[in-house]
Amino acid sequence: MKDCHQPAEVCMTNCPTLIVMVGLPARGKTYISKKLTRYLNWIGVPTKEFNVGQYRRDLVKKYKSFEFFLPDNEEGLKIRKQCALAALNDVRQYLSEENGHVAVFDATNTTRERRETIYKFGEENGYKTFFVESVCVDPEVIAANIVQVKLGSPDYVDCSNDEATEDFMKRIECYKNSYETLDETLDKDLSYIKIMDVGRSYLVNRVMDHIQSRIVYYLMNIHVTPRSIYLCRHGESELNLKGRIGGDPGLSVRGKEFAKSLSQFINEQNIKDLKVWTSQMKRTIQTAEALGVPYEQWKVLNEIDAGVCEEMTYEEIQENYPLEFALRDQDKYRYRYPKGESYEDLVQRLEPVIMELERQENVLVICHQAVMRCLLAYFLDKPAEQLPYLKCPLHTVLKLTPVAYGCKVESIFLNVEAVNTHRDKPEPKLERKTSSQETAGQPGEGN
Amino acid sequence: MAAAPGARELTQNPLQKTWEPYDNGLPAGHSAQRGVCMTNCPTLIVMVGLPARGKTYISKKLTRYLNWIGVPTKEFNVGQYRRDLVKKYKSFEFFLPDNEEGLKIRKQCALAALNDVRQYLSEENGHVAVFDATNTTRERRETIYKFGEENGYKTFFVESVCVDPEVIAANIVQVKLGSPDYVDCSNDEATEDFMKRIECYKNSYETLDETLDKDLSYIKIMDVGRSYLVNRVMDHIQSRIVYYLMNIHVTPRSIYLCRHGESELNLKGRIGGDPGLSVRGKEFAKSLSQFINEQNIKDLKVWTSQMKRTIQTAEALGVPYEQWKVLNEIDAGVCEEMTYEEIQENYPLEFALRDQDKYRYRYPKGESYEDLVQRLEPVIMELERQENVLVICHQAVMRCLLAYFLDKPAEQLPYLKCPLHTVLKLTPVAYGCKVESIFLNVEAVNTHRDKPENVDISRPTEDALVTVPAHH
Repeated sequence: MKDCHQPAEVCMTNCPTLIVMVGLPARGKTYISKKLTRYLNWIGVPTKEFNVGQYRRDLVKKYKSFEFFLPDNEEGLKIRKQCALAALNDVRQYLSEENGHVAVFDATNTTRERRETIYKFGEENGYKTFFVESVCVDPEVIAANIVQVKLGSPDYVDCSNDEATEDFMKRIECYKNSYETLDETLDKDLSYIKIMDVGRSYLVNRVMDHIQSRIVYYLMNIHVTPRSIYLCRHGESELNLKGRIGGDPGLSVRGKEFAKSLSQFINEQNIKDLKVWTSQMKRTIQTAEALGVPYEQWKVLNEIDAGVCEEMTYEEIQENYPLEFALRDQDKYRYRYPKGESYEDLVQRLEPVIMELERQENVLVICHQAVMRCLLAYFLDKPAEQLPYLKCPLHTVLKLTPVAYGCKVESIFLNVEAVNTHRDKPEPKLERKTSSQETAGQPGEGN
Repeated sequence: MAAAPGARELTQNPLQKTWEPYDNGLPAGHSAQRGVCMTNCPTLIVMVGLPARGKTYISKKLTRYLNWIGVPTKEFNVGQYRRDLVKKYKSFEFFLPDNEEGLKIRKQCALAALNDVRQYLSEENGHVAVFDATNTTRERRETIYKFGEENGYKTFFVESVCVDPEVIAANIVQVKLGSPDYVDCSNDEATEDFMKRIECYKNSYETLDETLDKDLSYIKIMDVGRSYLVNRVMDHIQSRIVYYLMNIHVTPRSIYLCRHGESELNLKGRIGGDPGLSVRGKEFAKSLSQFINEQNIKDLKVWTSQMKRTIQTAEALGVPYEQWKVLNEIDAGVCEEMTYEEIQENYPLEFALRDQDKYRYRYPKGESYEDLVQRLEPVIMELERQENVLVICHQAVMRCLLAYFLDKPAEQLPYLKCPLHTVLKLTPVAYGCKVESIFLNVEAVNTHRDKPENVDISRPTEDALVTVPAHH
């Protein structure tokens, strides 16, 4: 009868999706796997990556040399096949028993035969299979990849950089002879995207459903050009000072100080072609104004809507809506304020911001506490349970720089005091507490 | 860029409730509103392909989509320029590659169209121009690309490649037989002539090539969307165009739009809120269920908002449905659950501003129609991907969706008629959309308020309320 009346944002996939990476070593497969997994989890699609190289490292304790990968190394082939099957078994468990929606199978998968095996596996289990191939012949890109992610690999922990590079280049050679790239004719019935030259061009074939369409859109918007993303909140506001949430107040005296400090900081950073984004709330725009540079206002960067609790103090919320207050602490991510929003809603409305941040290069986003937590959780791969408790204090800039498979974070406090607006999850209560105890852990008013 | 001395003061725009800096009491530059200003320099989209490959279909659809999301876009169909110049079409011989007179006229039309493109993008604040012609030779595309460069436009090619004779035959039936060119011909005569017209282009056709055209920005659409080749997407708008083109399809289907059944607040003439259905609203839900069953729709998807009244309506259908928060009714902020009389009494200025520019007007602590369109964009994208869908939503939301399908401009959108208990069945046909309006024979209040004559902020109460529909 009534099967699915879940919110559309979650219920995007009917049968699970198996994403199969394809490509020679050092073509960015693991980079793409991890990034895609991070994005899908952030938008609420349970996703997990399965790196066959990791299975190999767990099985063969010590890596000796590229010779393991020679096409005529029987022992090597046997182990590698065993690892692929072990990984596929875990995929099956994740998708069919653990409620995973998407599994990313990260291996070279460079022969048609191997892909055929995986495709059959997908069919047998009722998965939709989507291939993601990365093709690159630019020697500079490949050399840069090796430096970024291979030299530091556990495989090469006892080698010098030169030794590691030399061995890895020979490892790539082992695959080249048998490499069968996805072919427009031979593979015309498969669903895939072929990424060429780090995103210069793409060949997209038979996108079957919504999730594949979103994956293609995401993959076509990411890039690897070095850049930094700066996240900060507006300067301290008049309502912050009073311990009140939400509203559309202006900056306090210290907030204006911060704006000036931010301007100075940005100038010192000497950032090339910096884009500045704000919300449409007065406090972020006032902060941006101090920078004296053009900025773009995004309504979707507005702070979480606290509905009936707008402009209240936590004490007032406890007094007027004690049940709501308790529910919020029970599940802060999914809790929606009456006539307001939840963190989960925020993530949905921030998705276009993330997509545009992926397209852009150097960007400063001046936003709000809950919004910043959501954006930060995306970049730092924090799960939903932790997201609403990430620390994003006023007057502190977070500088995020992509490095290897993740993101480096630098936290810069701009030396202008401000109230603390962070409220930790309170300890679980054993007995009824008084009103004052409920609000324990609140940031002080006017501190 | 050097920092300006100190921050400028901010003033809140009374209509849109946006904060803008001002110098000496006048709004200053420096801040752009995301959602409109996506393009820095104008974009010239150039269609490429043999006749009957869907170029005009894509041009019109893309233009409609871009305008709806707020990017001023216009299409320029060179065939139309030719029809305006050469009053009467004789035969395919006009298009023969050795017809000097024909070539001269066709080049003249292309140049006239490009001139209008230049005027639209450089003088009339257009953001995107879609140049719809075959553009099948590398030489012609080179000319257009140079034109773009000279004028500071970014050029993006959209090629449609198709060899399936069934698709081409279907296209000819859909859009060529009814063309002004063939108004005096039988279907067979028209088809025969058109097939010869296509032949005229084939010998000189140079498809976009991965190697020869590697420095151009383009998307090549193959076999009506079976596969795509995308090269050098340069900016946000090109990325959005590619995403849109990759999601549309031509499989026949229908989209059903309706509102929730009449609600308890509708009866009282109150806006917004999260009320349940009235007695008549529940009647409607039952009638809707009957209607849907009678329509016998293949694989119908049902979508609702997350508000009680649409979900109650869907429940009566007894089939699975998906709830979308973004389908929620426009947020009327401080005016939620008020009657129009109460709004006039408590917020007469707001009420007048709304009548002055209903599309851009944002309720205090609420939304505007313009905001609604932004949040509905993912719904439109998914509707394009889907086939048969029934969307049970709300008045303002339905107006936005309808404006997209019927290509209604922003000024008309907030006044589109979307009465309760009436289903609109939209079926794509030729270059547009056929609309059937089906009233399900359960009475309901009228919730449509026309724009009054007097929109002055100092108008008397009677003038403000003259178009308010009757309620309890």
